[in-house]
Amino acid sequence: MNITLNGTQKVFPSAHTLSQLLADLQLPPETIVVELNTLIIQPDCYSETTLSEGDTVEIIRFVGGG
Amino acid sequence: MLTIAGTEFSSRLFLGTGKFSSSAVMAKAIEASACQMVTVALRRVDLQNPDDDIMKALSQRAYTFLPNTSGARNADEAIRLARLARAASGSSWLKLEVTPDPRTLLPDPIETLRATEVLVKEGFIVLPYMNADPILALRLQDAGAAAVMPLGSPIGTNQGILTDFQIEIIIEQARVPVVVDAGIGAPSHAAYAMEMGADAVLVNTAISVAGDPVAMAAAFAKAVEAGRTAFEAGMGQRSKQARASSPESGTLSSHLEFLS
Repeated sequence: MNITLNGTQKVFPSAHTLSQLLADLQLPPETIVVELNTLIIQPDCYSETTLSEGDTVEIIRFVGGG
Repeated sequence: MLTIAGTEFSSRLFLGTGKFSSSAVMAKAIEASACQMVTVALRRVDLQNPDDDIMKALSQRAYTFLPNTSGARNADEAIRLARLARAASGSSWLKLEVTPDPRTLLPDPIETLRATEVLVKEGFIVLPYMNADPILALRLQDAGAAAVMPLGSPIGTNQGILTDFQIEIIIEQARVPVVVDAGIGAPSHAAYAMEMGADAVLVNTAISVAGDPVAMAAAFAKAVEAGRTAFEAGMGQRSKQARASSPESGTLSSHLEFLS
């Protein structure tokens, strides 16, 4: 399954959930926000949100800025 | 005491968190500034470096976080970033920034007003970064902005307050707090903005790229306090005509004629 993750094409096993994706990336869910196909996904939905072929995922967090 | 959207701030210095050499230096500078409002930006997680998390360094103390929409080139991008910021922070505070031209980073007034209208309806506490345009300040305040943030000079230029004539009008007319943002390059610039009656200033580059950012943060804190105290004390009028500070009567004119 191909998905676009933060602008880069990645291949993942099918039936991957957002929770599994974040675990693969070793990202603690409380420090980030996930946008799936431009829709913000609430943290309590990560485990039941399954990725599909062609999805676009953006994982965002706060950085220093003025 | 400064109040924005019902929240009280005893410090009138807001700090940006960009361009510090390390999170540790940033945290110490924030501490030295005694500020209670810090801005942050939103970016894609660096998947090669997932541990790089600024919030670890910032979570030591309770600040009001003011996420910005930097990087947005139009209202739609700013609105998308605003919603992400609220999901990430759990709060509705927002510094709205719409800068279509990377060379000047000047704010787009039309798109900023449009985004303010949408985001206020969605319940955001919107502090728009804007050019120092008194009419635009009124339009943004009418659209529900919680404060207005006119620029002193373009972002990161350290040029100081080049817009003082317009900022004075904005301060005179505003019903919401005026936070002078961008271009403040020295404590004297911050003091000058506060002497004019600005409610607060937002400083980033001048502190983060200073030789000693922690000492510079302390210097800005003093300057902001001095400028505010001077404003409250009531500044003297400017005059083109000299007026002697020493008494003009009782000079020893007969013996020392040069004093008369």
